[in-house]
Amino acid sequence: MNYQLQINNITKSYGDLKANDDVSLNIKPSSIHALLGENGAGKSTLVKVIYGSLLPDRGEMKWLGKSYSPKNPFDAREQGIAMVFQHFSLFESLTVEENIVLGLDGVRLDENFTEKIIKYSKQYGLDINPHQVVGDLSVGARQRVEIIRCLMQNPKLLIMDEPTSVLTPQEVSDLFITLRKLADDGCSILYISHKLEEVRQLCSEATILRGGKLVESCIPQDFSQQELAEMMIGKKLIQLARSNINTGEDIFSISNLSRKSDDMFGVDLKNISLSVMKGSIVGIAGVAGNGQDELMELLIGEITSPPGILSFKGGDIGNLNSHERRELSMFFIPEERLGHGAVPDMGLNENMLLSRPQKSEMTSYGVIDWQNVETLTQKVISDFDVQTFSTKMLAKSLSGGNLQKFMVGRELIQNPELLIVAQPTWGVDAGSANNIHQALIALADQGSAILIISQDLDEILSLCEQIHVLSEGSLSTAVDMTSKGLDKISQLMVGSED
Amino acid sequence: MIRLIPRVENSTAMILLSPLLALTLTAISAYLIFVSILVDIEVSSVFYTLFVEPLTDSYYLSELLVKAAPLMIIGLGLSIGFRSGVWNIGAEGQYVIGGIAGSAVGLYFYDVEGFWIIPLMALAGILGGMFYAGIAAFLKTRYQVNEILVTLMLTYVAVLFLSAMLQGPLRNPSGFNFPESRLFHDSALLPIIWEGTRLHIGLVVAIILSLIAWFGIKKHIFGMQIKISGSAPRAAKFAGFNDNKTVWYSLLISGGLAGLAGLFEAAGPAGQLTPGLPQFYGFTAIIVAFLARLHPIGVLFSSLLIALSYVGGENVQIDYNLPKSITQIFQGMLLFYFLACDILIKYKVVLFKTIR
Repeated sequence: MNYQLQINNITKSYGDLKANDDVSLNIKPSSIHALLGENGAGKSTLVKVIYGSLLPDRGEMKWLGKSYSPKNPFDAREQGIAMVFQHFSLFESLTVEENIVLGLDGVRLDENFTEKIIKYSKQYGLDINPHQVVGDLSVGARQRVEIIRCLMQNPKLLIMDEPTSVLTPQEVSDLFITLRKLADDGCSILYISHKLEEVRQLCSEATILRGGKLVESCIPQDFSQQELAEMMIGKKLIQLARSNINTGEDIFSISNLSRKSDDMFGVDLKNISLSVMKGSIVGIAGVAGNGQDELMELLIGEITSPPGILSFKGGDIGNLNSHERRELSMFFIPEERLGHGAVPDMGLNENMLLSRPQKSEMTSYGVIDWQNVETLTQKVISDFDVQTFSTKMLAKSLSGGNLQKFMVGRELIQNPELLIVAQPTWGVDAGSANNIHQALIALADQGSAILIISQDLDEILSLCEQIHVLSEGSLSTAVDMTSKGLDKISQLMVGSED
Repeated sequence: MIRLIPRVENSTAMILLSPLLALTLTAISAYLIFVSILVDIEVSSVFYTLFVEPLTDSYYLSELLVKAAPLMIIGLGLSIGFRSGVWNIGAEGQYVIGGIAGSAVGLYFYDVEGFWIIPLMALAGILGGMFYAGIAAFLKTRYQVNEILVTLMLTYVAVLFLSAMLQGPLRNPSGFNFPESRLFHDSALLPIIWEGTRLHIGLVVAIILSLIAWFGIKKHIFGMQIKISGSAPRAAKFAGFNDNKTVWYSLLISGGLAGLAGLFEAAGPAGQLTPGLPQFYGFTAIIVAFLARLHPIGVLFSSLLIALSYVGGENVQIDYNLPKSITQIFQGMLLFYFLACDILIKYKVVLFKTIR
């Protein structure tokens, strides 16, 4: 068999930790090959080895039949391997063509070059205007710029790191068309993701890593989404299902909330109205940067609101701060973990005290009962399976997923009547995400209300009974999911209703 | 190759060892400086005079404690404020205003007997310092004016205000126009706790205050408030702490304590208000606070160490004719090494064999 890239028995260790342990992977020409795995499974280590930014301890690679050991990313690019990173490296104040030319060697920005950009953009359906300033572009368009920049190097292998995590459903399907076309033209693609449905749609082969080891090389269509997920996390996933949807009267409502942002680059909130019933899970979908942060600040109480806007259990809570809101049994999990939901340089036990309603008995008259704080921290750690050496471990030393589990647990042990949570599983591996989702569902089954703000549409769709979309600071009414709900959401997300 | 690797938890061993390491490095550097500048003088005997002699004699020891008391009180206040990221650099000014306010009360009740006079003066001193630091708090919370600049510049205003007061309303009417106040009467003088020395009750107050501060920081949610506001302002809001209140608390506490120290200095060792009241304690206390790692109990020890360098420094001036700046060099090096060594608490040093 003629492989484009052959990777044989790569091993790479960091101290005692084997990030890649005897991993082999073969990419056929013109194929879209998925690299699947949870956080820490060794995906990025393997990619760094391929892209020349890491030297493996053992193992060898063959590129187009010849022995291949890139010394650095430059070397890898020279030989025809390009990569689109998860975080873009574009200058916001420059135009698209200027950005592209900056990333290439030995070319000048002239009419020929611009024409070439337009040619690629037409050929692969990468809709882009070369003269536009990158700062004005959506995330999806920026990604297209990055892809064109890679294509101009005529790569034979394109590595894409979690490309769809920032895209709307429409942008995702456009991207897939582009990638299929590229593969047909002879550029194979290594597609890193943990979104299994996408992988099943797009990829012809998949390599699954777990704990640095190769678990399976397979054809993704031969397995169900759940089977793939279970191979990835190495244990059974629990199906998400509400056992008891028993909604009651409205417990929380927002009426006509508008606010101009203090921040020059912030989003103004326009006339937002919403209500949440007891026992229900309401979702706010939308691409990041459409007012989610601004809304969250007001919901938490970091910024107070005028009377008549925010109401909880029949009372006006607009002028209460977050601590006072918690006393009424409203709890919050913000998106940003380090520096917002947790203090990076403090231990978990101290971080417990950020959320300390009186009934938790962590403090009385302001005096801290450290014994009790310790007990509660232990409880969160064991109930929510937080991997940590001790309760004093600094928040910043925990992995993102672990810290998220801690933060979710910290709020859930208070039995909130209303939980407002932003991006509950952002950057969290599939197994932990599954646990967090279950915990949220269990809370709602008990009769508590939950408001979820998330960019992850799958998450919103699988958890929420009622879905709104936030776009450019405006909130849609609840989307009717009975017919063409997903299309409707997709349109609302890009702000083009009807 | 040497590399620093972040630790998962702060190292308890290093929290205790790093001050000793810093002291050792300071001693080595001081030794090298003395060796290079001293002619015909035995370095070891200078070291003895600087660090050991002050501890051998009851007079020196009492003077050391007299100097440590104001450093402790101011350092305590600063350590609380610095924790919250509010940088009160002008404790010297609040110390002077506190001294003036407290002394003015003492002089107003001149020749009136009563146990209540000293507490009243102390209260006036605290309020004076609070008022002066409150100016910075007001400007910061209302207009976002940087508190470092305001507190520092107000220090110079305070010193000029002192001299205006001493040439005007507070001047001794029978003092031959010297810019000094009357000598305080007995009820306005701090009780002496060590007979035959100048050591006054301020030391006891300082120790009690540091225990209270330790309780507040360790056991009260207030300690968390200032700590979180300092290291993660957004998380402080998330926890429901009002950031403006934190600024006010920090400045009022550090200003009030500096004011108290100023009054203790006037009603203690000086016994009157003189232009010599400002002695740089307000600035030196910044070093005290950092040497103590902003820990209230640590302040007790770091102020003793700095006081030792003051007394020892005066002694080498007298005995060996060395310049006064020796003391400051020593204090500066100590702080420098101390801050540098503290990195070992959060990071561990790993020796790598270079690859390739």
